[in-house]
Amino acid sequence: MSSAVTLTALQKLTTRKESRRWVFIWLWLGLIGLFILSLLLGRYPETGFISWERLNQDELARLLVFNLRLPRLLTAIALGMSLSAGGLVFQMLFGNPLVESGFLGVSQGAAFGAALCIVFLGGSAVLIQGSAAAFGLAGLGLSYLLARRIRYGGWVLRLVLSGIAISALFSAGLGVLKYMADPLRQLPEITFWLLGGLSSSTWGKLISILPAVISGLVFLFLFRWRLNVLALNDETAFSMGAAPKRERLLLLIAAVLPTSAVISVAGMVGWVGLIMPHIARRLFGSDTRLTLPASMLLGGIFGILCDDLSRTLLAGEIPLGILTSLLGAAIFIVLMVSRGMKVER
Amino acid sequence: MNSSLLSFHQVRFGYNRKASSVLDGLDLSLKEGCIAAILGPNGAGKTTLLYLALGWLKPWAGVIRLSGKPIESFSRRTLGQQIALIPQSEHIPFEYTVLEYVLLGRAPYLPTLGMPSQADERIAYDALEKVGIANLFDHSVLGISGGERQLVLAARALAQEPRLLLLDEPTSHLDLSNKYRLAQILRSLQERGTTILMTTHEPDLAMAVSDEAILMQRGKVHISGPTAEVATGENLSRIYSVPVKIMSVEGKKQVSWM
Repeated sequence: MSSAVTLTALQKLTTRKESRRWVFIWLWLGLIGLFILSLLLGRYPETGFISWERLNQDELARLLVFNLRLPRLLTAIALGMSLSAGGLVFQMLFGNPLVESGFLGVSQGAAFGAALCIVFLGGSAVLIQGSAAAFGLAGLGLSYLLARRIRYGGWVLRLVLSGIAISALFSAGLGVLKYMADPLRQLPEITFWLLGGLSSSTWGKLISILPAVISGLVFLFLFRWRLNVLALNDETAFSMGAAPKRERLLLLIAAVLPTSAVISVAGMVGWVGLIMPHIARRLFGSDTRLTLPASMLLGGIFGILCDDLSRTLLAGEIPLGILTSLLGAAIFIVLMVSRGMKVER
Repeated sequence: MNSSLLSFHQVRFGYNRKASSVLDGLDLSLKEGCIAAILGPNGAGKTTLLYLALGWLKPWAGVIRLSGKPIESFSRRTLGQQIALIPQSEHIPFEYTVLEYVLLGRAPYLPTLGMPSQADERIAYDALEKVGIANLFDHSVLGISGGERQLVLAARALAQEPRLLLLDEPTSHLDLSNKYRLAQILRSLQERGTTILMTTHEPDLAMAVSDEAILMQRGKVHISGPTAEVATGENLSRIYSVPVKIMSVEGKKQVSWM
């Protein structure tokens, strides 16, 4: 009837796509620029940016930049991206903007695993990392199994309930371990791990988590449009030719793998997975074709920023988890007060 | 019998094995290209029947066939291209635009990792034009009225280009003018060969648009056949247990129940 109207409508869409592409380009530039600046930023030789000449002359500076800062920065990016992408995927699959990928027993499981290792197996970094990752995944597995046994409510409600129950079990266990821990040696180590941080990042640690991080993120990225369909309720997703239960499970695993990998090296870092998807939706609407890559980029930027603050603000390190919580909660409040959180129910 | 698109043969189904079944030995045959309306009191099993036809619910016993083949023999994708559902309402957790939401109807035509193309966007936009809300394409699905939202769900199903369209109480949120529009959409879909099966609480709507009526009562088909023959005052009175009269006003049948 109205091809002229159609035309203007489609033109409007094209202009919007064009402007969104620019936002993406800016996000990429932001990430890359911040990465380069942060590589040069630090407290050696004095607080501020290291100069290019210095880098050329000073062997120690070079070592510091390439063997300490570079793996640390890359880990910060991996951390931010994994938590943000995972958070978005969880929010979509659960139809709930207030969940993140540490949900479903993953975070509490990992914390318990780390503390268990510190108390009984000693503080070897590799062991702590392995134990945290294993218990994080165990948390997910237990939540899933429990959800299958609950006999009422929809699938999402059952997963949420069992996630709460399993998390509570692990955090009770964590309490016991803290009580048992040697207050001089082990307790500080547990506390340090629970506060999160990247100060002990090495190339080795980074490489150990890369397979899980990259495979998980690539998988999620490939599913970025499909995620919209899986966010619909079961029957509707089914009527669109999806196999909602199987596909959602796959995506949950793909979201949890990188999450538990980064938790295992960085400890508990909260709020990133909750906040970045909200900002992404603010910028791009709800279509996950855009919000998923946007969440990853924003997460990378936020990860670097928080880590920069954590290592330069004071002479001693500020635990990363404290900074992300502080900034995250502040952003959350701003988003809530402005009109960012339009959600049903 | 050969031209039947959808058929139920002795279908038994219940939600809970311990309780009694919701559908009990239900037989049904739907001719390709017809509009069929399921009428019946609350709890008769109308919506259950729709979800069985969709393949979402699996019968305890009996066979459901689509084009003569058991419905579970189709792949998920193929079935998504064949059958679309317009649910009565839907919880939408995020702020999609109307067009983005309608675009989801293209999912069964895309590979699992595919993205909708501009052609898909065009189809989605055309679907919005058909239901008459193309002007809202850019609005948030959370910011429009309940009736408009039901039309969005309808547009999404149209974008799915199904052979069989299932509608669950399609007029429950619609005002008179939108009801009228829906009736017209159904007729124009029928002209293009789409088969339509809908549940409704409005005998008027059934009489206005449907060729076939299926009167259900307590999990069984009480009587089915051409709407004019089946939807009589006598039959409707029986299934609803209220005195229903059919009157003719200017050549059109009207239902009176008070």
